[in-house]
Amino acid sequence: MPVEVVMPALSPTMEQGKIASWTVKEGDKVEAGDVLAEIETDKALVELEAAADGEVGKLVIEAGTSDIPVNTPIAYLLRDGEALSDIETAPAQVPEKPEAPVPAASEQPPASSVVPQPITVTIAADPELPADAEMTEQSVREALRDAMAEEMRRDETVFVIGEEVAEYEGAYKVTQGLLEEFGAKRVIDTPIVEHGIAGLGVGAAFAGLKPVVEFMTFNFAMQAIDQIINSAAKTHYMSGGLVTCPIVFRGPNGAARRVAAQHSQDFSAWYAHIPGLKVVAPYTAADAKGLLKAAIRDPNPVLVLENELLYAVKADVPVSDDYILPIGSAKILRAGSDVTLVSHSRSLDACLEAATSLSAEGVDCEVIDLRSLRPLDTATVIASVQKTNRLVTVEEGWPVAGIGAEISAAVQSEAFDYLDAPITRVTGLDVPLPYADNLEKMALPSTDKVIQAINTVCYRQG
Amino acid sequence: MGKKPVKQTQKTNKLMREEDLVSSYHDMLLIRRFEERAGQLYGLGKIGGFCHLYSGQEAVVTGIAKAKLPEDQMITAYRDHGHILACGVDPYNVMAELLGRADGVSKGKGGSMHMFDVDKHFYGGHGIVGAQVPIGTGLAFANAYKEDKNPAVSITYFGDGASNQGQVYESFNMAALWKLPVIYIIENNQYAMGTSVERASAQTDLSQRGRSFGIEGRQVDGMDVEAVYAASLEAFEHARSGKGPFILEMKTYRYSGHSMSDPAKYRKREEVKDMRQHHDPINMLKDRLIERKLMSEEEAKKIQDDIFDVIEQAANKALENGEPDSSALMTDIYVEENHAG
Ligand SMILES: Cc1ncc(C[n+]2csc(CCOP(=O)(O)OP(=O)(O)O)c2C)c(N)n1
Ligand SMILES: [Mg+2]
Repeated sequence: MPVEVVMPALSPTMEQGKIASWTVKEGDKVEAGDVLAEIETDKALVELEAAADGEVGKLVIEAGTSDIPVNTPIAYLLRDGEALSDIETAPAQVPEKPEAPVPAASEQPPASSVVPQPITVTIAADPELPADAEMTEQSVREALRDAMAEEMRRDETVFVIGEEVAEYEGAYKVTQGLLEEFGAKRVIDTPIVEHGIAGLGVGAAFAGLKPVVEFMTFNFAMQAIDQIINSAAKTHYMSGGLVTCPIVFRGPNGAARRVAAQHSQDFSAWYAHIPGLKVVAPYTAADAKGLLKAAIRDPNPVLVLENELLYAVKADVPVSDDYILPIGSAKILRAGSDVTLVSHSRSLDACLEAATSLSAEGVDCEVIDLRSLRPLDTATVIASVQKTNRLVTVEEGWPVAGIGAEISAAVQSEAFDYLDAPITRVTGLDVPLPYADNLEKMALPSTDKVIQAINTVCYRQG
Repeated sequence: MGKKPVKQTQKTNKLMREEDLVSSYHDMLLIRRFEERAGQLYGLGKIGGFCHLYSGQEAVVTGIAKAKLPEDQMITAYRDHGHILACGVDPYNVMAELLGRADGVSKGKGGSMHMFDVDKHFYGGHGIVGAQVPIGTGLAFANAYKEDKNPAVSITYFGDGASNQGQVYESFNMAALWKLPVIYIIENNQYAMGTSVERASAQTDLSQRGRSFGIEGRQVDGMDVEAVYAASLEAFEHARSGKGPFILEMKTYRYSGHSMSDPAKYRKREEVKDMRQHHDPINMLKDRLIERKLMSEEEAKKIQDDIFDVIEQAANKALENGEPDSSALMTDIYVEENHAG
């Protein structure tokens, strides 16, 4: 049987890919390990290698084709004695197994499982922007890169340091192009030494530079958390205001896809807990740019909690070099009158989807993006609750001492009389994140869980 | 039965026994085929998350496995499929873990990076670069604590990239200070993701990283299973006899990308090809075995075919195994209370 070459899954988040180019043509002989094509994934350009020796029998899909779903046959390799005519009748190379694995034992489908229907959501325009502001469509990834590049052009003391940020252009390609523009003095690859670079960054900041320290992911910043908290956050205070620490720590935070417990944590509440730090968690591309620029210009240590699964999401971003958002101001993504949903970062997807789907049933949700976790804009939340009288908080982090707990405390103390129902929290479950697909889904917030919570605070039957 | 198995003592013969040589060919090939199948299943979207393949580095765990005693512990990072297979764990349960299924070694909860088998003295499968090094040192601490004349040795693996982490040096100091029975295996495959050793390390002879603590180290050809065996025997002897830690820097090479999503722009394809063609640990051993008449081409073919079947069966069975029961989500967070003792 000819060997079927399929569009491979090349990353935890890849669902489709583009054939950037074929590096072989029909009739070429190849050996296992030879490059067949260059595949553009959600993260990078990756070379596709032949899995077996053979002859390129047929290239099924043309170079330049995008959005090819993973597992689509893209070429066939002929092995000894095989002819082109064998292709049409060739069954799939890998024996087909049941698509959805049959759950073991007594498993019921988890109550939270929703059939993922793509829901189109719209987000309110940013009130802080003049109506005629020039905009360009960018991914969150590009917006973050531009924020750094613009600030580096403006201020010689800004530099970027981290693992794989320079030559590799970022493990998640956020620092793409920076080495080329700013050179190795200002875009610095380090060994794998999180604690060391966090401390080195703090020292450089004490001495007047403005480091942007990239953590490949915030999971690895736990190696560095002593320097972030004990040095970056506290020294200004301990020195009676003599020493300042204008540093940014940034990188992806929260669960990606099936990378298991040590690589899937939401540190929002951890850092929000610390006096002396500022903490932002942008959701949209525009906020990513405006908040990262604000973080770099801020004279204090700022954590920018990004999200890997949002990096590729595109939206309009102001072109201006001076698009600086205030740190500490929440944004109403969707105005509504019946119930307030408060969230940040990727969990807003679930909120907006829930709001959209319930609006068809006559429930009008207001969705608030906190954007900043320290300082926390409780005023915006309280004003909303005074209007809707109902509150659901949604976050990916664990429930105990989480962001939702903090919001609940603020609302019950300042808007207790306005509440018509107990505040309900949707959080990641109180468990290290499992690898298995079914368990991982159960452990994270979902649109369905948000809908259930809304129904609860509205005393509706779901 | 009933008789307690006689505890094995330190092996001393520096040359591998004939049967160990032939079984090394088998064991390395098993890892290679396993990883090829895993790569394929990842490409098909059956394996999720990160998946770091061990192809190219098989001689390291295999040579050490032949020199170790059964109760010696092993611990490593996320590139752990080869290590758990070298501990003798059934490829079926390893594959099931990769697929996130109920029969996985970690019940599907850990995945590729978090394989464990405590009965086989394999302590994982750790995702945070360098973190396994103090833990491995702690295994050695426990071994020393038991005051056995012939203590188990902790075999603590880490990469060239990990060798720059601070906790490695905290560990070296403690291990030397307290003469702990640990051997540190630095699997120098020349890259940490896209960063070559030269770009990350001021001192590139990683075997000398223990010098300021007085820890002896050797550089070893990690593509040669016999060299790995001989060097690790020396290290085991040293550690087991109460002289403290030993460092072996295994010069090796990873054929695949760092993980499955590696654009591989940091090295030349010719470099990978050259390693595959001229330094492949499995082919080199095969040629040697045939030359020394320890194995014939036919026997080699038989081993290859058997392994192919073993891996196919393991993969097919694992694909049919169900996902963990939903009740498994909230178990194993804490040890289930048991007041029987
Ligand atoms: C503390 C920490 N920082 C960063 C990472 C991301 N990361 C995973 S593997 C890796 C490279 C490690 O290279 P090396 O130690 O040489 O091991 P190899 O992958 O070559 O086996 C990096 C940076 C991590 N997992 N943990
Ligand atoms: Mg390495």
